[in-house]
Amino acid sequence: MPAYTLKRTFVAFLILIVVSGLTFSLSHLSADPALTIGGEQASEEDIQAIRKLYGFDRPIYIQYFDWLGRALAGDFGESYHYKQRVFDMVSERIGRTMLLGTLAILFALVVSIPLGTLAAMRPNSIIDRIALFIAVLGQALPTFWFALMMIIVFGVWWRWLPISGHTQWANYVMPTIALGYYATPALMRLTRAGMIEVLASDYIRTARAKGLSPASVLFKHALRNAIIPVVALAAVWFGFMLGGSIVIETIFNLKGIGWLSYDALLRSDLPVVQAIVLVFASFYVVLTLLADLLNAYLDPRISVR
Amino acid sequence: MTDTGAARPLAFRQRQTTEEILEPSPWSKLRRRILGNHSFLIGAVILAAVFAVAILAPLLAPHDPYDQDLAKRLTNPFWHEKKVDPEHILGTDKVGRDYLSRLIYGSQISLLIGFSTMLISGVIGTVLGVTAGYFGGRVDMVVNFIINTRLAMPVFLVAMAAVVAFGASLTVVILVLGLFLWDRFAVVMRSITMQARDLDYVKAARAIGCSTPYIIVREIFPNVLSSLTVVATVEMANAILLEAALSFLGFGVQAPTPSWGLMLNEGREYMFFSPWLLALPGVCLFMLVLAINLFGDGLRDVTLERER
Repeated sequence: MPAYTLKRTFVAFLILIVVSGLTFSLSHLSADPALTIGGEQASEEDIQAIRKLYGFDRPIYIQYFDWLGRALAGDFGESYHYKQRVFDMVSERIGRTMLLGTLAILFALVVSIPLGTLAAMRPNSIIDRIALFIAVLGQALPTFWFALMMIIVFGVWWRWLPISGHTQWANYVMPTIALGYYATPALMRLTRAGMIEVLASDYIRTARAKGLSPASVLFKHALRNAIIPVVALAAVWFGFMLGGSIVIETIFNLKGIGWLSYDALLRSDLPVVQAIVLVFASFYVVLTLLADLLNAYLDPRISVR
Repeated sequence: MTDTGAARPLAFRQRQTTEEILEPSPWSKLRRRILGNHSFLIGAVILAAVFAVAILAPLLAPHDPYDQDLAKRLTNPFWHEKKVDPEHILGTDKVGRDYLSRLIYGSQISLLIGFSTMLISGVIGTVLGVTAGYFGGRVDMVVNFIINTRLAMPVFLVAMAAVVAFGASLTVVILVLGLFLWDRFAVVMRSITMQARDLDYVKAARAIGCSTPYIIVREIFPNVLSSLTVVATVEMANAILLEAALSFLGFGVQAPTPSWGLMLNEGREYMFFSPWLLALPGVCLFMLVLAINLFGDGLRDVTLERER
């Protein structure tokens, strides 16, 4: 187990280095950052001076390792546009994105687990069919369009909810639903499949034969086991959701790091984009690492393989 | 070989005929399963309709999708009482282009993106997955690392950055999505190839000295084909949704191309007074993706039952 943990952690680090390296070269291949910093009025000499000052005249891999070294120390450079420290810009807004992601995944779990359980209790019943119907519809609904439709109905027509901002709790209602429903079909299907399998197992029959109440069998014995893979999948989805937050935050003008990355891309503000890619990638890597280690802990055979 | 029924013993022939009577042919069984599978049927019908619309767009569209008429800006669709132009059933957009025609031509863009992306990512993912699954060991370790690296990349953000880097156009969007959406292909192909590698007839082929490429193409590949098509439908739907989202944010297909995502972007400022400018392209997207998903789900059920 310690060897396995070490190996997986090492691989996770390697992945982050490759991802950040790829993004770094991609963004530096694109526009000349010196032109972005200099602005439109900059003369040729100004551009040359900026290149020297920021070190853009060095080979790209040296620039990358330079950036990486500082990034590991928490220094992500300065925004070209806002002239602020990127670290401060990201840390100021990351809480909103985390809050949105957490609320969205909770929403998805709160909808999908009861629905999946109900569907599994009576396969092919009306409830099962309705649940499946919701899942199929949900999977096909474009997230950003769903968000726009909610804005029109609840924000513009009925005026129930604010359509932009991040200052009050009501600002998070529509973004949470828009982001959360997308994970619902996958989680619901997994709950249903897991519950059907567990409910058919021997220990459930034993529990029923002992004369336990149906509720106790369902919640204490069945759901507890079926829910483990669902929670693992939810962790992975949480990582995906942070990525999905770009569109949702932009639509609702909820100024988290998803919105910030959109804003930075519009302005070719490379240091900000690189930092946010690294943040998203780190989240995904850490979450999958934790899920893997948890699985290995629960099933020791995995770490031997 | 002249192995005709007449040359066989009578008893065998009789047994065969009774079997033929009792058991329907594989094709009729397949047909029955297809007809009994509602989601497959509904999906296939909608999908065929969208295809027909895309191919027949020049005949179906009442106007040129690029034709602007500033005198007829933002006319209302037919269900409104005021400001309706009978020439434009679904009204016009902010520069007076016929909305129905743009929606019709939009299907071409979505299908083009879906198919091209699926082909590119399908080839990359299948090659990686089958190689990893067949050879195992170090090759598998390397491919696994590549897959995990890809999964760790925030696709949407990196795709936006790539579009900024290489300039926004249909080709760039297709290439970027194609180079990103192969992960599911690789993961699924890898695990199926691993199972297929240990099947008896694959071992037999190896034992009689068949070459590795021959085994992969002739013995392994037919096994992965049905899962491959199912993953292909999922990724096609995924690509269509991602393109729409990219175009919606302005990092995808550029104006004046009639892309549904771009139409949503353009309609956004008229959200308050002309909400149908937002509703209609979204409904088209939703229907297309729904059809592809239903088709894929149905395909999985139909082919899996055949394998059983």
